[in-house]
Amino acid sequence: MLTYQFDWSVVTSGKYFEWLVSGCKVTLQISVVGIVLAFIVGLLIAVMRMSNFRPARWFALAYLEFFRNTPLLVQIFFWYFGSYKILPTAVNDWLNSTNFEFAAAVIALTIYTSAFIAEDIRSGVLSIPKEQMEAARSAGFSFLRSMQYIILPQAVRITVPPLVNQFLNLAKNSSLAMTIGVMELTYQARQVESYTFKGFEAFTAATVVYLVLSSSITALVHLYDKRVLNPNRAV
Amino acid sequence: MGELFNFNVITDNFTYFMIGRYPHGPLGGLGLTIYLAVASCILSFFGGLVLGLLSLVRNPFISYPVNLFINAVRGLPLLMVIFWMYFLLPALMGRTVPESQTVIMGLTLFTSAYMSQIVRAGIEGIPAGQTEAAISTGLKHWQVMLYIVLPQGLRNMIPSFVNQFVSLIKDTSLAFIVGVSELTHVATQINNRTMAYPTEIFIFIAVLYFFLCYAFTSLSRWLERRLAWRKAI
Repeated sequence: MLTYQFDWSVVTSGKYFEWLVSGCKVTLQISVVGIVLAFIVGLLIAVMRMSNFRPARWFALAYLEFFRNTPLLVQIFFWYFGSYKILPTAVNDWLNSTNFEFAAAVIALTIYTSAFIAEDIRSGVLSIPKEQMEAARSAGFSFLRSMQYIILPQAVRITVPPLVNQFLNLAKNSSLAMTIGVMELTYQARQVESYTFKGFEAFTAATVVYLVLSSSITALVHLYDKRVLNPNRAV
Repeated sequence: MGELFNFNVITDNFTYFMIGRYPHGPLGGLGLTIYLAVASCILSFFGGLVLGLLSLVRNPFISYPVNLFINAVRGLPLLMVIFWMYFLLPALMGRTVPESQTVIMGLTLFTSAYMSQIVRAGIEGIPAGQTEAAISTGLKHWQVMLYIVLPQGLRNMIPSFVNQFVSLIKDTSLAFIVGVSELTHVATQINNRTMAYPTEIFIFIAVLYFFLCYAFTSLSRWLERRLAWRKAI
């Protein structure tokens, strides 16, 4: 190994640089699509979890426990290899007509992340004093309308930092999509390594991208915490 | 349902799912998954303890780089950490390293960074009065940490450690990437061999992982309630 020749030009220009850039794009694409879908599903599950309608509550509980206690990789394999037997033919046809690797990765990441988001939203809601709900109900709002107009707008404000962290987790977890051939950042770094044998450079490049992403998001959360949630707190 | 699903693929390969080729070959399947999780858990407990303590040291020349390292590891996907290990360990050690050891090292490094945050929170959760009282009785700083703060802090950390162990069980599935024949890898092998039953195979291992993880998640919740109850009296 002492004779290893560093060659950073491999990852800073040319074909391999373009591979890495396209990998970054795919990683961001999965993460953004995934977080939007996961937020919607997570919100739905959180509301079901807190509703008084028992079947909804049980469904939400089963959903949360099952998807949080199963490895993401297994979930990705399930959607990629095994979902065709349980999905309707129309859905299968539609999935096969799209980029199926990408779709399977997004479905798996959405469901996995939504379970964590639902719990974040729930603890945000639980931090709202319950008198708010009682007041809303006695003012004549239904449970869902109280949630919609009174509780959730306040809860979401508190839930922003954990949600942003879930986005970061999603971006990191999207690296597992390489196992089913989605050409995201980690996949491309591996490709560059196997084509050039410049593994050190390739992995350093990917590492730097992940670190820039995570540290800028962490900085944003700190800023939000300071400016929005606790604007009056002394330093 | 009977026509749609055929779970014979599970019963036919049951021992292979559970222990791989053992005892006629290396341990695999669920057995190896548990081995990887337990080994990495024990190692990362000590790793997390050391990193957590170092990150609280007053000397910034120690605490600053340690915190930087912890945050860097937490900012990376586990897959990336495993690739780094796969790639760097042989170079650093000057010999080839078995894949299972590579994975244990990767999991340990990754989980230690998360464990260090638990340790840190546990130590910071002990009231400052305890430290002040201990110091005024004449104990040195390291003695205060060892005899007063850590014994109380560690007890409060137990539920979080158990949760981290659940994450570790799930994370061992990534050993698949470097070809370690734990449960997920065994499942893909059987899937490649039989071709026709991916749904059955992946539902089966998902349920296996679920029961294993859910048992520990429940344990963690029970411990949390118990510790809260003990604090109340």
